[in-house]
Amino acid sequence: MQCCDLAIIGAGPAGMAAAAEAAQQGLSVILLDEQNRPGGQIYRDVDRAAGTRGAILGQEYLCGATLTAGLGGAGITHLSGAVVWAIEDGFRISFTRHGRAGQVEAERIILATGALERPMPAPGWTLPGVMTAGAAQILLKQSGVLPRCAVLTGSGPLLYLIAAQMVRAGTPPLALVETQTAASLMASARHLPGALRGWRYLAKGLKMLAEIKRAGVPRYTGAANIAVTGSTRAEAVSFRSKGQEHSIACDTVLLHHGVVPNTQAARSIGVPHAWSEAQQCFVPETGTWGETGKDGVLIAGDGAGIGGAMAAEFAGRIAALKAAEELGRITAQERDRRAAPLFSQRSRETAVRPFLDAAYPPYAGALRPADSTIVCRCEEVTAGDIRSYAKLGCLGPNQAKAFGRAGMGPCQGRYCGLTVTALLAEASGQTPDETGYYRIRPPIKPVTLGELAAMDDPAATAAE
Amino acid sequence: MKTDSPFLELAGDAPRVRVWFDGLALDLPAGANLAAALLAVGVQVFRHTPVSGAPRAPFCMMGACFECLVETGGRVQQACMLEVEEGMQIARPHEAEANDAML
Repeated sequence: MQCCDLAIIGAGPAGMAAAAEAAQQGLSVILLDEQNRPGGQIYRDVDRAAGTRGAILGQEYLCGATLTAGLGGAGITHLSGAVVWAIEDGFRISFTRHGRAGQVEAERIILATGALERPMPAPGWTLPGVMTAGAAQILLKQSGVLPRCAVLTGSGPLLYLIAAQMVRAGTPPLALVETQTAASLMASARHLPGALRGWRYLAKGLKMLAEIKRAGVPRYTGAANIAVTGSTRAEAVSFRSKGQEHSIACDTVLLHHGVVPNTQAARSIGVPHAWSEAQQCFVPETGTWGETGKDGVLIAGDGAGIGGAMAAEFAGRIAALKAAEELGRITAQERDRRAAPLFSQRSRETAVRPFLDAAYPPYAGALRPADSTIVCRCEEVTAGDIRSYAKLGCLGPNQAKAFGRAGMGPCQGRYCGLTVTALLAEASGQTPDETGYYRIRPPIKPVTLGELAAMDDPAATAAE
Repeated sequence: MKTDSPFLELAGDAPRVRVWFDGLALDLPAGANLAAALLAVGVQVFRHTPVSGAPRAPFCMMGACFECLVETGGRVQQACMLEVEEGMQIARPHEAEANDAML
């Protein structure tokens, strides 16, 4: 078994920056990531895509290459294609890589597991042809694949980024159907003075909107009653905007109303989480360094609360400095000295967040969907099912599993957990914190008996 | 089949290799993301759900949703976490259960 000072899970901006900083402070680092090449989702496949699609993807994406370059240094072992399925105290991390299970031991852990798309359950969202907006970005970054006839639906700046990239690639979306209202924009205005510290983001947003407008892409705002229609695949998206009913024929519907921390790994080891009213999701409880209620476990990046790629990079380095100090490689004074500029840079990067959270709130129709809408995609459990469990006395998400298998499919609740909590909280009049969340247990990703059996195969180890 | 695809594939330089999806021969870029490559050549339904037999296709492309499950190499795996290899035999999983559910 490989041993190291620090194991980092996730090779996105937080994980890559943490690895480089920790190695620089003399720690031995093992960086585990599910993908075959580093970058996370935001810089997915940046080393391969930069040359061929850089002009479409934009300068901010290309910045990721400086982080991947930092993984080449001494002291960093990057285990790519490693799917982590268990973390045990001590710490022992179990994973599957190239069809074989393996384990590493580490003194400290940094979880840099990033974000997931906020689930957006709407009628028809399980049909083929409906994807998350993030999925479309991944298709473009990694594979150079774009939908020809797509409608972008939901809210948030990511929709503008994808629309702008599609325009640049020569396949503009058919329409942007946005759920935010004039009222949410007004409410966000009070956060504008603070957001001006992050003026670059605001300027970038306006530039993208101008690009979309120039391409003649129609925009609808204040959209409600969103539904994807089609029998065996998406054929159209229908909605109401400004008192008018609309239906737009399309092949692909891209859904997005924000991203939320991917908390599966943190929850599986008992890190306490709390509801964030501003971000409308659960976030792990962390201190300024990313430290958690669990000794030796730090969380950096969007997995600790959504802050974006640049903030994640600074958070990764901050967490690495904390780990280096805890392991005695640097003094507390040295840690503080090195971290001071990082703290102020991180704070500048997150200044725009309160404005964005208020201007682009989640689509209310998907937070508490209509009865007939599927909320648990894997087990095909509807919002009405969850409400009927509540009437029968179901108190929390874990009981909902026993009532109707919600959250028990292969995705392990990743795309229904927040909705099930919201529906049960609505029925009981309790808060999301009181209602709670699914108990997440290992294995947090599937592992086969064959992969387990191959773990201690001496012949396989020798061939490594 | 390619011209029917709802997806546009920007020109790439990877050589194409032959794979089979439910018995249909497809030429996909070697080393490409399997889910993306199947979408690009017009595969629209990756599997049917074991619960109701409903058709499904890739949703998240990042290994989280498990909607793109296919059977290959004797195992049910996420297509979005696999790379295209020459000679791959890919099938829709759970067809038997799906058919039972639809009876």
